[in-house]
Amino acid sequence: MKISLTKRYRFAASHRLYTPRLSEAENKRVYGKCSNAYGHGHNYVVEVTVTGPVDPETGMIANVGELDPFVQREVIEPFDQRFLNEEVPEFREQVATTENVCREIFRRLKSFPSAKLERVRVEETSKNSFEIEADVGAFDEVRVSRGATTQ
Amino acid sequence: MEGAGLPGKDRMIRVTRKVEFSAAHFYHNPNFSADENRRVFGKCNNPHGHGHNYVLEVTIAGEPDPTTGMVLDLKELKDILETEVMERMDHRHLNYEVPELTGQIPTCENIAAVIWKLLEPKIKSGKLDRVRLYESPELFVDVNAGNGARA
Ligand SMILES: [Zn+2]
Repeated sequence: MKISLTKRYRFAASHRLYTPRLSEAENKRVYGKCSNAYGHGHNYVVEVTVTGPVDPETGMIANVGELDPFVQREVIEPFDQRFLNEEVPEFREQVATTENVCREIFRRLKSFPSAKLERVRVEETSKNSFEIEADVGAFDEVRVSRGATTQ
Repeated sequence: MEGAGLPGKDRMIRVTRKVEFSAAHFYHNPNFSADENRRVFGKCNNPHGHGHNYVLEVTIAGEPDPTTGMVLDLKELKDILETEVMERMDHRHLNYEVPELTGQIPTCENIAAVIWKLLEPKIKSGKLDRVRLYESPELFVDVNAGNGARA
């Protein structure tokens, strides 16, 4: 029997999908509306899943009272109400796609001391979500799922 | 990993049924001092208890029967959930009224594990694949067999 605990968090941030490695025209072609120079924003939802033995003394895999402030400090505070491209140093080097945001969040949460980080899932909108799982092969693989396009 | 050693994996279907129950609980470990109890369990230590609307999702995996086209009879699953979960836990105080939880802190982890153990032997067609218990829309626990059966 394997047990995991998942907690959902939220932050709102803006980003722009643009890479200096491509020409202006190519950026437009690849990223479409998302390359708009002024940026745009999302209400992101972050699902954090941890796993490990349930401590018989507390009945818990991890105390949410420890997980909450950890996620708050590592992710929510630095990301919430920010322009990701400029204000989160890691996205000066790489495009602030939600694949990369998901991977960066995973990297930041990996050191959670009380349980093993198993999965991070980021909803960019209610239609698009991205998830990354620990130890999938040699690298942490990002999976993308998109809802049916209705507009 | 694609289908490795799992013949018929592409024919396997997962069926999920959802039920909701409301119950009261509080967290208290008699081995801890009053201070420790408050520090570890926070507000959940309030001896008067508090409650949740739990949402339980039970997933059964199997191959549909060629005659009925069903993995299992959902009516049967509904009855099992009624007997094993609803009658035991709905509108109950989890600290006092559920013998399976005696001696355990009634956390989401422990409740979900008890539900897994109650349901697993009752599922005769298909196999219990996952128990997901939401304590709130923001917090849930997953239990699965843990032998790599489910990614
Ligand atoms: Zn509670």
